[in-house]
Amino acid sequence: MSAAAPQTWDEFMEGVWKQNPTFVMILGMCPTLAVTVSAVNAISMGLATLLVLIASCGLVSMMRKVTPKEVRIAVYIVIIATFVTAVDYAIQAISLALYDALGAFIQLIVVNCIILGRAEAHAAKNPPMPAMINAAGMGVGFTIGLLALGVVREILGAGTLFGITLFGAGFQPWVIMVLPPGGFFVLGGWLLLFSWMARRKQRALTVGSDHA
Amino acid sequence: MHETAFQIFVNALLANNFVLAMFLGLCPFLGVSGKLDTAFPMGVATTFVMLVASLCAYGLNLLLSAFHLEFLRLISYIVIIASSVQLVEMVLKKYSPTLFRALGIYLPLITTNCAVLGVALFQTSREYDLLQSVTFSIGGGAGFTLALVLMASVRERLTLSNVPDLAQGTALSLMLAGILSLSFMGFAGLGG
Repeated sequence: MSAAAPQTWDEFMEGVWKQNPTFVMILGMCPTLAVTVSAVNAISMGLATLLVLIASCGLVSMMRKVTPKEVRIAVYIVIIATFVTAVDYAIQAISLALYDALGAFIQLIVVNCIILGRAEAHAAKNPPMPAMINAAGMGVGFTIGLLALGVVREILGAGTLFGITLFGAGFQPWVIMVLPPGGFFVLGGWLLLFSWMARRKQRALTVGSDHA
Repeated sequence: MHETAFQIFVNALLANNFVLAMFLGLCPFLGVSGKLDTAFPMGVATTFVMLVASLCAYGLNLLLSAFHLEFLRLISYIVIIASSVQLVEMVLKKYSPTLFRALGIYLPLITTNCAVLGVALFQTSREYDLLQSVTFSIGGGAGFTLALVLMASVRERLTLSNVPDLAQGTALSLMLAGILSLSFMGFAGLGG
Protein backbone atom coordinates (compact mmCIF):
# COMPACT_ATOMS: atom_id res chain seq x y z
CA MET A 1 0.00 0.00 0.00
CA SER A 2 2.80 2.38 0.89
CA ALA A 3 4.32 1.90 -2.55
CA ALA A 4 1.00 2.55 -4.25
CA ALA A 5 0.18 5.67 -2.30
CA PRO A 6 2.60 8.10 -4.00
CA GLN A 7 1.48 6.91 -7.40
CA THR A 8 -2.15 7.45 -6.51
CA TRP A 9 -1.25 10.89 -5.26
CA ASP A 10 0.55 11.64 -8.52
CA GLU A 11 -2.46 10.51 -10.46
CA PHE A 12 -4.64 12.84 -8.45
CA MET A 13 -2.29 15.81 -8.64
CA GLU A 14 -1.86 15.47 -12.39
CA GLY A 15 -5.37 16.75 -12.94
CA VAL A 16 -5.09 19.39 -10.25
CA TRP A 17 -1.86 20.94 -11.41
CA LYS A 18 0.13 19.60 -14.35
CA GLN A 19 -2.83 19.03 -16.64
CA ASN A 20 -5.24 21.47 -15.11
CA PRO A 21 -8.29 21.38 -17.39
CA THR A 22 -8.93 25.11 -17.24
CA PHE A 23 -5.49 26.66 -17.48
CA VAL A 24 -3.39 24.03 -19.24
CA MET A 25 -5.77 22.08 -21.45
CA ILE A 26 -8.30 24.92 -22.00
CA LEU A 27 -11.23 22.52 -21.82
CA GLY A 28 -14.77 23.12 -20.68
CA MET A 29 -14.65 26.79 -21.46
CA CYS A 30 -18.38 27.44 -21.66
CA PRO A 31 -19.29 26.84 -18.02
CA THR A 32 -15.94 28.28 -16.96
CA LEU A 33 -16.74 31.66 -18.40
CA ALA A 34 -20.49 31.68 -18.03
CA VAL A 35 -21.07 30.88 -14.37
CA THR A 36 -18.02 32.45 -12.74
CA VAL A 37 -19.65 35.77 -11.96
CA SER A 38 -19.35 34.99 -8.26
CA ALA A 39 -17.25 32.69 -6.12
CA VAL A 40 -20.27 30.77 -4.79
CA ASN A 41 -21.54 30.01 -8.29
CA ALA A 42 -18.07 28.92 -9.32
CA ILE A 43 -17.70 26.49 -6.42
CA SER A 44 -21.14 24.96 -6.90
CA MET A 45 -20.56 24.49 -10.61
CA GLY A 46 -17.18 22.94 -9.87
CA LEU A 47 -18.62 20.54 -7.31
CA ALA A 48 -21.48 19.50 -9.61
CA THR A 49 -19.02 18.79 -12.39
CA LEU A 50 -16.74 16.94 -9.97
CA LEU A 51 -19.58 14.64 -8.90
CA VAL A 52 -20.65 13.86 -12.45
CA LEU A 53 -17.04 13.35 -13.47
CA ILE A 54 -16.26 10.82 -10.71
CA ALA A 55 -19.51 8.91 -11.08
CA SER A 56 -19.45 8.65 -14.85
CA CYS A 57 -15.75 7.80 -15.05
CA GLY A 58 -16.31 5.06 -12.48
CA LEU A 59 -19.19 3.58 -14.43
CA VAL A 60 -17.45 3.92 -17.80
CA SER A 61 -14.45 2.14 -16.38
CA MET A 62 -16.56 -0.66 -14.91
CA MET A 63 -18.28 -1.16 -18.24
CA ARG A 64 -15.15 -0.88 -20.36
CA LYS A 65 -14.99 -4.60 -21.13
CA VAL A 66 -18.60 -4.94 -22.23
CA THR A 67 -18.80 -1.73 -24.28
CA PRO A 68 -18.45 -2.36 -28.02
CA LYS A 69 -15.82 -0.05 -29.45
CA GLU A 70 -18.01 1.26 -32.28
CA VAL A 71 -20.71 2.73 -30.06
CA ARG A 72 -18.55 3.73 -27.12
CA ILE A 73 -19.05 7.48 -27.48
CA ALA A 74 -22.82 7.07 -27.50
CA VAL A 75 -22.60 4.86 -24.41
CA TYR A 76 -20.43 7.42 -22.60
CA ILE A 77 -22.79 10.25 -23.47
CA VAL A 78 -25.81 8.37 -22.20
CA ILE A 79 -23.99 7.51 -18.96
CA ILE A 80 -22.95 11.13 -18.47
CA ALA A 81 -26.42 12.43 -19.29
CA THR A 82 -27.91 10.10 -16.69
CA PHE A 83 -25.69 11.43 -13.92
CA VAL A 84 -26.20 15.02 -15.03
CA THR A 85 -29.97 14.56 -14.84
CA ALA A 86 -29.55 13.25 -11.29
CA VAL A 87 -27.33 16.18 -10.27
CA ASP A 88 -29.71 18.61 -11.96
CA TYR A 89 -32.65 17.35 -9.90
CA ALA A 90 -30.52 17.25 -6.74
CA ILE A 91 -29.48 20.91 -7.06
CA GLN A 92 -33.06 21.89 -7.79
CA ALA A 93 -34.09 20.17 -4.56
CA ILE A 94 -31.29 21.60 -2.43
CA SER A 95 -31.30 25.23 -3.47
CA LEU A 96 -33.68 26.79 -5.95
CA ALA A 97 -31.80 30.10 -5.89
CA LEU A 98 -28.60 28.38 -6.94
CA TYR A 99 -30.47 26.43 -9.59
CA ASP A 100 -31.75 29.68 -11.09
CA ALA A 101 -28.32 31.28 -10.94
CA LEU A 102 -26.61 28.44 -12.79
CA GLY A 103 -29.49 28.10 -15.20
CA ALA A 104 -29.11 25.83 -18.19
CA PHE A 105 -25.44 25.36 -17.45
CA ILE A 106 -26.09 22.48 -15.07
CA GLN A 107 -27.68 20.50 -17.87
CA LEU A 108 -24.93 21.64 -20.18
CA ILE A 109 -22.44 19.70 -18.04
CA VAL A 110 -23.34 16.85 -20.42
CA VAL A 111 -21.43 18.51 -23.21
CA ASN A 112 -18.49 19.57 -21.05
CA CYS A 113 -15.52 18.29 -23.01
CA ILE A 114 -13.58 17.49 -19.82
CA ILE A 115 -15.92 14.66 -18.89
CA LEU A 116 -16.10 13.04 -22.30
CA GLY A 117 -12.37 13.57 -22.69
CA ARG A 118 -11.60 11.83 -19.40
CA ALA A 119 -13.97 8.97 -20.18
CA GLU A 120 -12.36 8.40 -23.57
CA ALA A 121 -8.73 9.03 -22.65
CA HIS A 122 -8.49 7.51 -19.20
CA ALA A 123 -11.52 5.71 -17.77
CA ALA A 124 -11.96 3.50 -20.83
CA LYS A 125 -8.50 2.03 -20.37
CA ASN A 126 -8.13 1.75 -16.61
CA PRO A 127 -9.78 -0.10 -13.72
CA PRO A 128 -12.42 1.81 -11.73
CA MET A 129 -10.24 2.92 -8.80
CA PRO A 130 -7.47 4.75 -10.71
CA ALA A 131 -10.06 6.10 -13.13
CA MET A 132 -12.07 7.64 -10.33
CA ILE A 133 -8.96 9.07 -8.67
CA ASN A 134 -7.88 10.61 -11.93
CA ALA A 135 -11.38 11.97 -12.45
CA ALA A 136 -11.39 13.42 -8.95
CA GLY A 137 -8.11 15.18 -9.65
CA MET A 138 -9.47 16.65 -12.86
CA GLY A 139 -12.64 17.72 -11.10
CA VAL A 140 -10.71 19.41 -8.31
CA GLY A 141 -8.48 21.12 -10.87
CA PHE A 142 -11.55 22.34 -12.71
CA THR A 143 -13.07 23.63 -9.48
CA ILE A 144 -9.85 25.49 -8.66
CA GLY A 145 -9.86 27.02 -12.13
CA LEU A 146 -13.47 28.13 -11.76
CA LEU A 147 -12.77 29.52 -8.31
CA ALA A 148 -9.76 31.47 -9.56
CA LEU A 149 -11.97 33.17 -12.11
CA GLY A 150 -14.97 33.56 -9.84
CA VAL A 151 -12.99 35.21 -7.04
CA VAL A 152 -11.31 37.75 -9.32
CA ARG A 153 -14.51 38.59 -11.14
CA GLU A 154 -16.54 38.94 -7.97
CA ILE A 155 -13.97 41.15 -6.24
CA LEU A 156 -13.48 43.42 -9.23
CA GLY A 157 -17.02 43.44 -10.51
CA ALA A 158 -19.05 43.60 -7.34
CA GLY A 159 -16.56 44.38 -4.57
CA THR A 160 -17.60 41.31 -2.62
CA LEU A 161 -16.22 37.85 -1.89
CA PHE A 162 -18.64 34.99 -1.14
CA GLY A 163 -21.26 37.70 -0.73
CA ILE A 164 -19.30 39.63 1.93
CA THR A 165 -18.59 43.26 1.11
CA LEU A 166 -14.85 43.88 1.04
CA PHE A 167 -14.50 47.57 0.43
CA GLY A 168 -16.03 50.73 1.86
CA ALA A 169 -18.90 52.65 0.35
CA GLY A 170 -16.50 54.53 -1.89
CA PHE A 171 -15.83 51.44 -3.99
CA GLN A 172 -16.86 51.81 -7.58
CA PRO A 173 -17.53 48.33 -9.00
CA TRP A 174 -15.87 47.49 -12.28
CA VAL A 175 -19.13 46.23 -13.74
CA ILE A 176 -17.66 44.96 -16.97
CA MET A 177 -15.97 42.17 -15.02
CA VAL A 178 -19.22 40.44 -14.15
CA LEU A 179 -20.51 40.94 -17.69
CA PRO A 180 -19.57 38.54 -20.48
CA PRO A 181 -16.43 40.39 -21.72
CA GLY A 182 -14.98 40.25 -18.20
CA GLY A 183 -14.91 36.46 -18.33
CA PHE A 184 -12.73 36.52 -21.43
CA PHE A 185 -10.45 39.20 -20.00
CA VAL A 186 -9.94 37.53 -16.62
CA LEU A 187 -9.21 34.12 -18.11
CA GLY A 188 -6.86 35.73 -20.62
CA GLY A 189 -5.17 37.53 -17.74
CA TRP A 190 -4.68 34.31 -15.78
CA LEU A 191 -3.20 32.61 -18.85
CA LEU A 192 -0.82 35.53 -19.36
CA LEU A 193 0.26 35.31 -15.73
CA PHE A 194 0.89 31.57 -15.99
CA SER A 195 2.85 31.83 -19.20
CA TRP A 196 4.91 34.64 -17.66
CA MET A 197 5.61 32.45 -14.63
CA ALA A 198 6.58 29.49 -16.81
CA ARG A 199 8.85 31.77 -18.85
CA ARG A 200 10.57 33.08 -15.73
CA LYS A 201 11.10 29.59 -14.35
CA GLN A 202 12.56 28.44 -17.63
CA ARG A 203 14.89 31.44 -17.77
CA ALA A 204 16.02 30.82 -14.19
CA LEU A 205 16.77 27.20 -15.15
CA THR A 206 18.84 28.10 -18.21
CA VAL A 207 20.73 30.83 -16.33
CA GLY A 208 21.38 28.36 -13.51
CA SER A 209 22.78 25.74 -15.92
CA ASP A 210 24.96 28.38 -17.61
CA HIS A 211 26.63 29.13 -14.30
CA ALA A 212 27.14 25.48 -13.50
CA MET B 1 -43.72 35.18 -23.97
CA HIS B 2 -44.87 37.90 -26.31
CA GLU B 3 -41.73 37.99 -28.40
CA THR B 4 -42.26 38.11 -32.11
CA ALA B 5 -40.20 35.87 -34.34
CA PHE B 6 -38.22 38.86 -35.58
CA GLN B 7 -37.27 39.91 -32.05
CA ILE B 8 -36.14 36.41 -31.23
CA PHE B 9 -34.01 36.32 -34.36
CA VAL B 10 -32.31 39.67 -33.73
CA ASN B 11 -31.80 38.83 -30.08
CA ALA B 12 -30.18 35.49 -30.80
CA LEU B 13 -28.08 36.96 -33.61
CA LEU B 14 -26.74 40.10 -31.96
CA ALA B 15 -27.87 41.19 -28.52
CA ASN B 16 -27.68 37.74 -26.93
CA ASN B 17 -25.12 36.33 -29.32
CA PHE B 18 -24.60 32.68 -28.43
CA VAL B 19 -20.84 32.85 -28.32
CA LEU B 20 -20.06 36.35 -27.15
CA ALA B 21 -22.85 36.99 -24.68
CA MET B 22 -24.04 33.56 -23.56
CA PHE B 23 -20.77 31.64 -23.72
CA LEU B 24 -22.10 28.75 -25.71
CA GLY B 25 -19.91 26.88 -28.18
CA LEU B 26 -16.59 28.30 -27.09
CA CYS B 27 -14.55 25.20 -27.95
CA PRO B 28 -15.07 25.46 -31.73
CA PHE B 29 -14.96 29.24 -31.40
CA LEU B 30 -11.41 29.09 -30.06
CA GLY B 31 -10.45 25.99 -32.02
CA VAL B 32 -11.63 26.53 -35.60
CA SER B 33 -11.39 30.30 -35.81
CA GLY B 34 -7.81 30.27 -37.07
CA LYS B 35 -8.71 30.45 -40.74
CA LEU B 36 -11.58 32.04 -42.57
CA ASP B 37 -12.09 29.19 -45.06
CA THR B 38 -12.81 26.69 -42.31
CA ALA B 39 -14.61 29.06 -39.96
CA PHE B 40 -17.48 29.82 -42.34
CA PRO B 41 -18.33 26.21 -43.33
CA MET B 42 -18.06 25.21 -39.69
CA GLY B 43 -20.57 27.89 -38.81
CA VAL B 44 -22.94 26.76 -41.55
CA ALA B 45 -22.63 23.10 -40.52
CA THR B 46 -23.34 23.99 -36.91
CA THR B 47 -26.32 26.11 -37.92
CA PHE B 48 -27.73 23.20 -39.88
CA VAL B 49 -27.29 20.82 -36.96
CA MET B 50 -28.93 23.39 -34.70
CA LEU B 51 -31.92 23.66 -37.00
CA VAL B 52 -32.37 19.89 -37.22
CA ALA B 53 -31.84 19.47 -33.48
CA SER B 54 -34.29 22.25 -32.69
CA LEU B 55 -37.01 20.74 -34.87
CA CYS B 56 -36.50 17.26 -33.43
CA ALA B 57 -36.30 18.58 -29.90
CA TYR B 58 -39.59 20.42 -30.37
CA GLY B 59 -41.39 17.29 -31.50
CA LEU B 60 -39.72 15.17 -28.89
CA ASN B 61 -40.63 17.54 -26.11
CA LEU B 62 -44.31 17.31 -27.09
CA LEU B 63 -44.04 13.55 -26.93
CA LEU B 64 -42.20 13.52 -23.60
CA SER B 65 -44.62 15.96 -21.98
CA ALA B 66 -47.55 13.90 -23.20
CA PHE B 67 -46.22 10.87 -21.36
CA HIS B 68 -44.81 12.85 -18.39
CA LEU B 69 -41.29 11.70 -19.07
CA GLU B 70 -39.58 15.08 -18.65
CA PHE B 71 -36.66 13.53 -16.80
CA LEU B 72 -35.64 11.79 -20.02
CA ARG B 73 -35.38 15.12 -21.85
CA LEU B 74 -31.64 15.64 -21.56
CA ILE B 75 -30.76 12.08 -22.57
CA SER B 76 -33.05 12.05 -25.59
CA TYR B 77 -31.90 15.49 -26.76
CA ILE B 78 -28.28 14.48 -26.74
CA VAL B 79 -29.03 11.31 -28.71
CA ILE B 80 -30.92 13.35 -31.32
CA ILE B 81 -28.05 15.81 -31.63
CA ALA B 82 -25.51 13.01 -32.00
CA SER B 83 -27.54 11.48 -34.81
CA SER B 84 -27.98 14.75 -36.69
CA VAL B 85 -24.25 15.39 -36.46
CA GLN B 86 -23.71 11.97 -37.96
CA LEU B 87 -26.05 12.95 -40.80
CA VAL B 88 -24.17 16.18 -41.53
CA GLU B 89 -20.92 14.27 -41.43
CA MET B 90 -22.13 11.75 -44.02
CA VAL B 91 -23.46 14.48 -46.31
CA LEU B 92 -20.22 16.45 -46.12
CA LYS B 93 -18.08 13.39 -46.68
CA LYS B 94 -20.03 12.59 -49.82
CA TYR B 95 -20.27 16.05 -51.36
CA SER B 96 -17.20 17.88 -50.10
CA PRO B 97 -14.37 15.60 -48.98
CA THR B 98 -11.85 18.46 -48.82
CA LEU B 99 -14.00 20.40 -46.43
CA PHE B 100 -14.60 17.21 -44.47
CA ARG B 101 -10.87 16.81 -43.98
CA ALA B 102 -10.33 20.48 -43.17
CA LEU B 103 -12.86 20.42 -40.35
CA GLY B 104 -11.34 17.22 -39.04
CA ILE B 105 -11.98 16.41 -35.42
CA TYR B 106 -14.17 19.48 -34.92
CA LEU B 107 -16.97 18.00 -37.00
CA PRO B 108 -17.87 15.10 -34.67
CA LEU B 109 -17.27 17.51 -31.81
CA ILE B 110 -20.35 19.50 -32.87
CA THR B 111 -22.13 16.88 -30.77
CA THR B 112 -20.50 18.28 -27.68
CA ASN B 113 -21.01 21.86 -28.82
CA CYS B 114 -23.01 23.42 -26.04
CA ALA B 115 -24.58 25.86 -28.48
CA VAL B 116 -26.53 23.03 -30.10
CA LEU B 117 -27.76 21.53 -26.86
CA GLY B 118 -28.25 25.08 -25.60
CA VAL B 119 -30.74 25.83 -28.39
CA ALA B 120 -32.75 22.74 -27.54
CA LEU B 121 -32.72 23.44 -23.80
CA PHE B 122 -33.48 27.16 -24.03
CA GLN B 123 -36.38 26.74 -26.43
CA THR B 124 -37.85 24.20 -24.02
CA SER B 125 -37.41 26.29 -20.91
CA ARG B 126 -38.74 29.43 -22.63
CA GLU B 127 -41.70 27.47 -24.02
CA TYR B 128 -41.27 28.64 -27.61
CA ASP B 129 -43.74 27.41 -30.19
CA LEU B 130 -42.61 25.82 -33.44
CA LEU B 131 -42.05 29.05 -35.41
CA GLN B 132 -40.26 30.68 -32.48
CA SER B 133 -38.04 27.62 -32.02
CA VAL B 134 -37.04 27.60 -35.67
CA THR B 135 -36.22 31.32 -35.76
CA PHE B 136 -34.35 30.97 -32.49
CA SER B 137 -32.18 28.18 -33.86
CA ILE B 138 -31.51 29.97 -37.16
CA GLY B 139 -30.74 33.22 -35.36
CA GLY B 140 -28.48 31.44 -32.91
CA GLY B 141 -26.70 29.60 -35.70
CA ALA B 142 -26.26 32.79 -37.72
CA GLY B 143 -24.91 34.50 -34.60
CA PHE B 144 -22.47 31.66 -34.04
CA THR B 145 -21.31 31.88 -37.67
CA LEU B 146 -20.98 35.65 -37.39
CA ALA B 147 -18.84 35.41 -34.26
CA LEU B 148 -16.69 32.68 -35.80
CA VAL B 149 -16.14 34.62 -39.04
CA LEU B 150 -15.34 37.87 -37.22
CA MET B 151 -12.89 36.12 -34.95
CA ALA B 152 -11.24 34.27 -37.86
CA SER B 153 -10.83 37.47 -39.85
CA VAL B 154 -9.17 39.23 -36.94
CA ARG B 155 -6.92 36.27 -36.23
CA GLU B 156 -5.86 36.01 -39.87
CA ARG B 157 -4.69 39.59 -39.71
CA LEU B 158 -2.96 39.01 -36.39
CA THR B 159 -0.71 36.35 -37.86
CA LEU B 160 1.02 39.15 -39.77
CA SER B 161 1.45 41.43 -36.80
CA ASN B 162 4.13 41.41 -34.20
CA VAL B 163 2.64 40.11 -30.96
CA PRO B 164 4.71 39.66 -27.79
CA ASP B 165 5.71 36.01 -27.36
CA LEU B 166 4.15 35.88 -23.95
CA ALA B 167 0.65 36.60 -25.23
CA GLN B 168 0.84 34.19 -28.17
CA GLY B 169 -1.83 31.51 -28.41
CA THR B 170 -4.92 31.14 -26.30
CA ALA B 171 -4.34 34.18 -24.11
CA LEU B 172 -4.38 36.37 -27.22
CA SER B 173 -7.53 34.72 -28.59
CA LEU B 174 -9.27 35.23 -25.26
CA MET B 175 -8.36 38.90 -25.12
CA LEU B 176 -9.64 39.29 -28.70
CA ALA B 177 -12.85 37.51 -27.80
CA GLY B 178 -13.23 39.85 -24.85
CA ILE B 179 -12.95 42.90 -27.08
CA LEU B 180 -15.41 41.42 -29.59
CA SER B 181 -17.77 40.62 -26.76
CA LEU B 182 -17.43 44.19 -25.48
CA SER B 183 -18.42 45.55 -28.86
CA PHE B 184 -21.39 43.18 -29.09
CA MET B 185 -22.66 44.62 -25.83
CA GLY B 186 -23.44 47.70 -27.88
CA PHE B 187 -26.31 45.76 -29.42
CA ALA B 188 -27.99 45.31 -26.04
CA GLY B 189 -31.67 46.17 -26.15
CA LEU B 190 -31.80 46.04 -29.93
CA GLY B 191 -34.29 43.18 -30.04
CA GLY B 192 -36.45 44.95 -27.45
